[in-house]
Amino acid sequence: MTARNNILDKLRTGLAGSTPRPDDFDESLVTQPWQYTPEDRIQRLRALMEAVHTEVHQLPARDWPGMVQTLLERRALGNLLYAPGTDYGEQLAAHWQASGAAPDLIAYDRPVEEWREELFWKVDASVTSTVGAIAATGSLVLWPDRQEPRLMSLLPPLHIALLKASDIEDNLYGMMQKQQWSAGMPTNLLMVSGPSKTADIEQVLAYGAHGPKELVVLILEDL
Amino acid sequence: MNQRIPVTELTGGFRDRADQALDDSQLRSNFRTAMDSLMKKRADAFPDEDEREGLREQGNHIKARALSKLPDLLEQLEARLTENGVKVHWAETTDEANRIVHSIIESRQGSQVVKGKSMVSEEMEMNDYLAERGVECLESDMGEYIVQLDHEKPSHIIMPAIHKNRRQVSKLFHDKLGVEETDDVDRLIRIGRETLRQKFMEADVGVSGVNFAIAETGTLLLVENEGNGRMSTTAPPVHVAVTGIEKVVENLRDVVPLLSLLTRSALGQAITTYVNMISGPRKADELDGPEEVHLVLLDNGRTGAFADAQMRQTLNCIRCGACMNHCPVYTRVGGHTYGEVYPGPIGKIVTPHMVGLHQVPDHPSASSLCGACGEVCPVKIPIPELLQRLRQENVKHPDEAPAVKDGGAKYSARERAIWWFWKTLNTRPVFYRLFLWGATRFGWMTPKNVGPWTRNHSAPVPARRSLHDLAREHLDNGGQS
Repeated sequence: MTARNNILDKLRTGLAGSTPRPDDFDESLVTQPWQYTPEDRIQRLRALMEAVHTEVHQLPARDWPGMVQTLLERRALGNLLYAPGTDYGEQLAAHWQASGAAPDLIAYDRPVEEWREELFWKVDASVTSTVGAIAATGSLVLWPDRQEPRLMSLLPPLHIALLKASDIEDNLYGMMQKQQWSAGMPTNLLMVSGPSKTADIEQVLAYGAHGPKELVVLILEDL
Repeated sequence: MNQRIPVTELTGGFRDRADQALDDSQLRSNFRTAMDSLMKKRADAFPDEDEREGLREQGNHIKARALSKLPDLLEQLEARLTENGVKVHWAETTDEANRIVHSIIESRQGSQVVKGKSMVSEEMEMNDYLAERGVECLESDMGEYIVQLDHEKPSHIIMPAIHKNRRQVSKLFHDKLGVEETDDVDRLIRIGRETLRQKFMEADVGVSGVNFAIAETGTLLLVENEGNGRMSTTAPPVHVAVTGIEKVVENLRDVVPLLSLLTRSALGQAITTYVNMISGPRKADELDGPEEVHLVLLDNGRTGAFADAQMRQTLNCIRCGACMNHCPVYTRVGGHTYGEVYPGPIGKIVTPHMVGLHQVPDHPSASSLCGACGEVCPVKIPIPELLQRLRQENVKHPDEAPAVKDGGAKYSARERAIWWFWKTLNTRPVFYRLFLWGATRFGWMTPKNVGPWTRNHSAPVPARRSLHDLAREHLDNGGQS
């Protein structure tokens, strides 16, 4: 622990005789420029996400499993990773059974160690929930957990995210306050603002660097 | 198409490397194109000047507040992270930090490491340290990967491979990976993706940096566009984050303005594709994520900068790179000329504290003090002012207690004597008149070679008559000349 003590001692010596600076955080600076009417909020989110190659659809909440099926069939994909223990997972499985959709459903129901190879290379697409979205920056907020593990939104080339229209907030500050993030953070909280990309070669934008090449957002309208 | 010669490998000291870089038209064109575009992107991302200035002021206050209670915040961060199940380590030197990282890898009998982008790990030269001990440490950021394949160092802190163009990358991939040459950037990226995905799957340990460490919640926040950061921190069974002690902020809400400043200043993006907030290892019932998360807090000269209230501002830095994008010197000589991990204006004020002025004696003066860096800095570090301060520390006599590591690196008794002579000459009228009398009559005796000046200019010759003399004559003639 000598390194710890030495570092802290040096810092305390440097601060000797000074007082901590007051907290003059002004929330209006990060909220006022980023406020929207309900219609503008969705429009802005769509516009920003579409500008970075995200496909966005708005549809009645009950229609989403059919939309997922269409999206997969349009791309001729062979399988879909889903979270079987969630409400969305149950709705999806029910639809798949009723419609006899062709792509295989793969349940994320065991630790990654048991099927690493398959998860990393064989999964074509995934569908996950979101806990909301931020209009100011065009960002989805994901809160992975036991049911919806972190890798679901990272490994498959196509990630489909379900977003309730009523969960869209104006700005990050508002989102943090509303969901009381500081009261208890999950092991991993994510903001996702498009498919994975890079501009590391000549600043030329290329999608699908290490994460999903495609991101599709389904905005579910409550009826 | 104008075909240019390939980018040269720079050697020698700062001045030699600068000369070589300036002669390399390919290198200059690569940098110029990139910097022009990054400057435009930043300007477009801040359309409202009032909003931008308000946010910069706020960013400065947040960092200043964090630094004003840094030791307490570090302890709070450690306590929260420990509660969350993260193991916190402290290192005074890069060597100590490397030993810690290596011992974590050893405890898991690991042999393969994947690394997300981390400038602190560059400071540590972690790749070399681990390679010497039989551990393969692979860079996973596309730019870093390219640079590592070519055994180079990053030339920009955000765009590590910006000095290379696509033909150079294509040739590199062809030589090292045995793939066909291609001019298609999408194809080049796909090659990188597939090569690295295998590595993410096999890696024993993932290493990353940290953009902000939040004391309030015990959270490590990382920003990125590629997903390699998420891969490195999620896929392997162990995640080791390495960061400087200055990255801690007090509250979660403090990151809202800082995040906006960082991504807009760096890339002109409202936000990066991923903002990854890690507050702990995998819980017992979770199905993925690392079983262990470690944080290594590194000093490496930061407490030295902290000790001086003026130079402490160096630690405001959030590593956006805007100062280098806007620097007329950096744009022309490129990142490798600086010969150190952090190039450009921020490199010039941070590196002396890490490696000492003896190693980088030319850093403080490699600037025209045009002020662009200070003007764009999102946390308002007065970089030109700090450069001037370092110039003073650089020429102090060792007995004058320089406040920077190896201060006085450029101390010269001769230079001191010349300045003393100059001061005396200009503050004593008798000496001054005597000098003027001599200079106007014996000006022809001025040497033809006066140091660096005459390398590019003709030697100065004092005028035959002084301005005083001419003015006096003018007035005697009633102002009629």
